[in-house]
Amino acid sequence: MSSSPVSTLIRRRAAKPHTSMLLRMLMRAAVLRRAQAASALLALVVAAAVATAMLNLYVDVQAKLRKEFRNYGANIVVVAKYDQSLSPDVLKQVDAALAGHGLAVPFAYVVARTSDGQSVVVAGTNLDQVRKLNHWWSVTEWPSASLDALVGFRAAAVVSPQGKPFELSFQGRSVHLNPAGTLRTGAAEDSRIYLSLKDFVDWTSVQPSTIEIAASGSPEELSALIQELTQALPSAEVRPIRQIMEGEARVFGKTRSTLAIASVLIVVTAALCVLSTLIGWVFDRRRDFAIMKALGASESLIGGFFAAEAAALGAIGALLGFVIGVGIAAWIGRANFHAPVVPRFNVFPFVLAGSIAVALISAVLPIFLLRRVQPAMILRGE
Amino acid sequence: MFGRLVYESFRRQKRRKLLVVVAITLGAGMATAMIAVATDVGDKISRELRSYGANLIVTPQEDTLDVQIGGVDLKPPSDGAYLNEADLPKIKGMFWRNNIAGFAPMLPVPVSLDGSRDAKTFTLLGTYFSKPLTLGKDEFVTGVRVTHPFWKVQGAWPDDNSQDVLLGQNLAAKVGRKAGDEIHISGQTHHISGILFSGGAEDDQVVAPLALAQQILGKPGVVRRVYVSAITKPEDAFARRDPKTLSGAVYDRWYCSPYAASIAFQLQEAIPHSHAEQIRQVAQNEGTVLSRIQGLMLLITLAALFASALAVSAAMATAIFQRRSEVGLIRALGASSVSVAALFFAEAALLALVGGVLGFAGGAFLARQIGRSIFDSQITIQPVLLPVILTTAIIVTFAGSALAIRRAVKLDPVYALRGEA
Repeated sequence: MSSSPVSTLIRRRAAKPHTSMLLRMLMRAAVLRRAQAASALLALVVAAAVATAMLNLYVDVQAKLRKEFRNYGANIVVVAKYDQSLSPDVLKQVDAALAGHGLAVPFAYVVARTSDGQSVVVAGTNLDQVRKLNHWWSVTEWPSASLDALVGFRAAAVVSPQGKPFELSFQGRSVHLNPAGTLRTGAAEDSRIYLSLKDFVDWTSVQPSTIEIAASGSPEELSALIQELTQALPSAEVRPIRQIMEGEARVFGKTRSTLAIASVLIVVTAALCVLSTLIGWVFDRRRDFAIMKALGASESLIGGFFAAEAAALGAIGALLGFVIGVGIAAWIGRANFHAPVVPRFNVFPFVLAGSIAVALISAVLPIFLLRRVQPAMILRGE
Repeated sequence: MFGRLVYESFRRQKRRKLLVVVAITLGAGMATAMIAVATDVGDKISRELRSYGANLIVTPQEDTLDVQIGGVDLKPPSDGAYLNEADLPKIKGMFWRNNIAGFAPMLPVPVSLDGSRDAKTFTLLGTYFSKPLTLGKDEFVTGVRVTHPFWKVQGAWPDDNSQDVLLGQNLAAKVGRKAGDEIHISGQTHHISGILFSGGAEDDQVVAPLALAQQILGKPGVVRRVYVSAITKPEDAFARRDPKTLSGAVYDRWYCSPYAASIAFQLQEAIPHSHAEQIRQVAQNEGTVLSRIQGLMLLITLAALFASALAVSAAMATAIFQRRSEVGLIRALGASSVSVAALFFAEAALLALVGGVLGFAGGAFLARQIGRSIFDSQITIQPVLLPVILTTAIIVTFAGSALAIRRAVKLDPVYALRGEA
């Protein structure tokens, strides 16, 4: 009988003071039944890890998805009123209003003539920024030198079918351009020629008339930005590009709902699985319960003992699960978005509370059911 | 004897069995729902992405350059070529006709508005709103209401066979008209059925049924360009290959994949003298966004499957630890460890089957509810998922039981019976 937990407890109880009894019982219970404790803990850790990962992802993925949606390009456009140009400080004002949460690119347009008299739209812009703004542009090679032009593929067929340098004229002034690459977008850009803003202004003296803005943020933040810009720029018209904004709102909303439902589903399932495992585990220990009761422990004391044990298990499970869950979230972020999901420690209290709550419920429920049963019956194995 | 042991074990330990079945059911249910949602989410999101509007454009092959700034066409109207309106229904006769969500022809015509303060000309855009068309026996409805879902109308959409028009919001403000008023366009009076909010160049235009634009232009049956909204597959390296360089079987595979490029290629075949191009802003980004969302759901599903497998394993292990004394008794009565293991595995398989079937049913129901509440459409459950779920459930319960059974069998019956595990 020397290895029996019960007899060990009885012997030590006589020899040692009463105070550390609860702690000792907890420790012994964990050590002597480590296999069962481990499998109960495993279930808790898994549930906590999954809950942590889903909560982390749910918060972080929204920001990551918004970033993906910015690949659609500009969602706000600022156009000079009455066919005028925008003054140079408008771009500075826009940049200030954006405060780093987006990209603003100026565009200037004229209709020039080719050497055989055809009309072609020529645009001047900041090519480096356009490259960042319009990821979908399919460009053979971006211009790098001065007087290099990016030629839309339909315009290329007209102005320089063999890729040779060509001449354009605007209001009597002509310019000699070198086609650096061709551009394919499937929209009006295919018929245009793009130059760097400096070359464009030197040639035409026309200043930008349009600023395309790709601003990131929620719909509320964007409408606040539009309002701010409208007030700051009385000489220009600020309007949202509905196609981009509504598309994003719709797809983003659906994705978020799917993610939310998946999160709830996974967390609830994990919690219920833990519940059923732990209830089985506690139920299995009804002999301990019966012995304690037979030795004269009050019901609240026994309840307290089991509750303390469950709470400790829940806390350890939450801690381990949190670490693993942060890892899972980071892995998903890296694998899918090529950027890690930042761990959110403010999620931890929720995971901890949930984990302890589930553990407590699964400890208290069986005790409540066993309360009326006579210890003798349990000890006889009935 | 074996059968009776299994039967009695289920009959006498209902509560314990119930807990295990609950765990397996939950795990299998979550797995079913997540797999169903993850496999279908691509298709669903792909449809939602159509709210970005058309992703393909068909123009005449011999067209002159567009002279367009800020969406305003500066090209003389006499310039350029046209497509034939009568060819359009052929779009619905293509191989990928079921992937064509809709199409809308466009015909811009310069008009003068009598009653506007300046004598400037405006653009009248002729198009289909939601026009019923027939090809053979098939009937379908198409127009800007499908291809441009972000267009909003205050008032009513005009009928495609009427002489009613929509006024762009900026133009309406300029000429001081609202829905229900009359307007003179090129000498004729038209009823304004609504005000259009498009967020694009159409806000400064008059939008009218195609027939009216053709009548004003004096060229019946012509259109300038056609916007096509197609459900496509994300572009990969294979999609970017030039169909002319592909050999027979590879060409067939390219042709029969719903890439934007191959649908554009087929559009060109369907409409004579046309050039089809993907609108890269919509088509390319669709691919990236779609693959991100699909990838996300896939990884979450993997994590969920792994979690439910572990949870079920833990439940099984606990359930078997509880029966040490029973194992001791059977062993003391002379059963071999193989027959004890067989008994437990048989029970585990039964539990897995019951839990798996219940879980599959619950998960399928859940997936349906998710599809209906989020996407307003059914999520189809592939029947092949049932055997997959059942097999997985059995494997997981076996894996979860294996270690516990090994320990239980190894234990000396004497200790087991005394309850000293």
